[in-house]
Amino acid sequence: MAFFLLPGLVGLSLFVLYPILSSFWLAFQDWNLLSPPEFVGLGNFQELLGDGDFWRALRYTLTFIVLYVPIVFVLGLALALFLNQKIPGMLLVRASSFLPVVASWVVVSLIWKWIFNPAYGLINYALGIFGVQGPAWLFEPQTAVYAMVITSVWKDVGYIALLYLGGLQNISESYYEAARIDGANHWRLLRHITLPLLTPTMFFVAITLLINYFQMFEQVWLMPMRDSAADRQVEVIVTEVVKNAFSYNRMGYASAMSWVLFALIFAITIFQLRLQKRWVYYESE
Amino acid sequence: MNQSNVVRTDRLPAVDPAAVAPRTLRLSYIVRIGLMGVIVALMVLPFVWMLSTSLKAQQYILTTPPQWIPNPLTFESYTGLAERINLGRTFFNSLFVAVVGTMGQIVISAMSAYAFARLDWRGRNTVFLLYLVTMMIPAVVMVIPQFILVRALGWMNTYAALIVPGLFSAFGTFLLRQAFLAIPKDFEEAALVDGANHFTIFWRIIMPLALPSLATLGVFSFMGYWNNYLYPLFVARQEAVVTLPIALATLQAGPRALTEWNMVMAGSVITVLPILVAYLLAQRWFVSGAISSGIKG
Repeated sequence: MAFFLLPGLVGLSLFVLYPILSSFWLAFQDWNLLSPPEFVGLGNFQELLGDGDFWRALRYTLTFIVLYVPIVFVLGLALALFLNQKIPGMLLVRASSFLPVVASWVVVSLIWKWIFNPAYGLINYALGIFGVQGPAWLFEPQTAVYAMVITSVWKDVGYIALLYLGGLQNISESYYEAARIDGANHWRLLRHITLPLLTPTMFFVAITLLINYFQMFEQVWLMPMRDSAADRQVEVIVTEVVKNAFSYNRMGYASAMSWVLFALIFAITIFQLRLQKRWVYYESE
Repeated sequence: MNQSNVVRTDRLPAVDPAAVAPRTLRLSYIVRIGLMGVIVALMVLPFVWMLSTSLKAQQYILTTPPQWIPNPLTFESYTGLAERINLGRTFFNSLFVAVVGTMGQIVISAMSAYAFARLDWRGRNTVFLLYLVTMMIPAVVMVIPQFILVRALGWMNTYAALIVPGLFSAFGTFLLRQAFLAIPKDFEEAALVDGANHFTIFWRIIMPLALPSLATLGVFSFMGYWNNYLYPLFVARQEAVVTLPIALATLQAGPRALTEWNMVMAGSVITVLPILVAYLLAQRWFVSGAISSGIKG
């Protein structure tokens, strides 16, 4: 028994469990890596409440979520319904919509940063064809957020569609046959069979999206143009944690912030679990 | 043509609506083919643009209208990139970390999973619950203490820092435990009668039967190591150990200089090509890995 369990358990204790516990301990300390840690009680959390940068980061995180989650939730579903048709060549479409999912966030951020380049990028060139003067995208906070949302949707929509496809394939064909005999058209099949039976998948997708996007990092870290207004202002919680930890060496404060993020994710997940009774339909019930 | 269509629809049950359709259905078929083209284009063209940019000289990336097919085509951004960063070494670092990390993670996860799925011991369920709880903790909570730990161990800028903390995956253990539980016990019972020990059962029976799940975990783990950015960013910055995503992100110029986008895109091609090729060869495992992980790439 020990032979099988110990390598994993010892490693997990040292490199996962111990860091979790020490991070929790750090959240109540003031530590700059040089002088010994100093216990400050709830001081870090108190400071957090009055920290404008933290609230701004939280506001931007929520802005991203409000813009991104509904779009990818609906587009992912539409893509899955489309991919689920049996048409020759559909496998190619499926394979290509999954390409951005396997690419690293760093590469995706850089490709789209180049595409959103105001002077030489593809997007503003395309807008120019229609006589529209494209914005400065990744230089200005507001347009930078839009650019990052578009990039994130492009990267993730294939993944979300894949999750929905799994759900769609679990729906028994017999429901559709019965409904067709009763004369239901495409729209009614979608409205009264597919969507209700897909709600468990939708629920899973909603939870996954929120957990992942409260933790968004790479695109916000890499995409805004260096030293632009967007670079100075657009921060999310994780970039704020990273800045505090590794630019200002405030390990305790940054740890406290990361635990607040965990608490937020936890609370929202619990809230969704509570809410699911209202809209999620399980066949077995 | 039209006439024969009409005759055929009368006789045969409608199998493929597009083939027998009146004009509206035919139209919807064309719309669908068009949509397929649009989706493929949207997904693939950014990668094509990356490749195209990487094959241009600096002055040609700034043309209007943009050039899709580089003319003249040049590899100078790749040679320039090789001068800026130690390309061979960085590529090797990424590959080494990903291969060793993936193999290690599979072996350790499989052994732990065996202990959870097939061995009886006191406290098993409690310890397993502990594993599950660690899966809920966001990556950013781990980054700071792992950085501190790596620093205390004297592992800064070593392969160990890049590989070891990722080896112990609660997710991997969980995934393989579920897979092992699904394997019928008959084989093992027969083997036990023949005097086989647990090591033999693990290695000769369970592992071969769980191959699809091992492949799923392998692909997921390889992608994780290969694409990882947040954690390596703070523990491995020196040339001797730096991985591709970290080196790639440093290629962007500061605010006053012009970023050499052809070079950045060349670096992107080198970073993304191995994973795209691997994906196209082993799509199935990528798909199952992505579904079971629920974690963004």
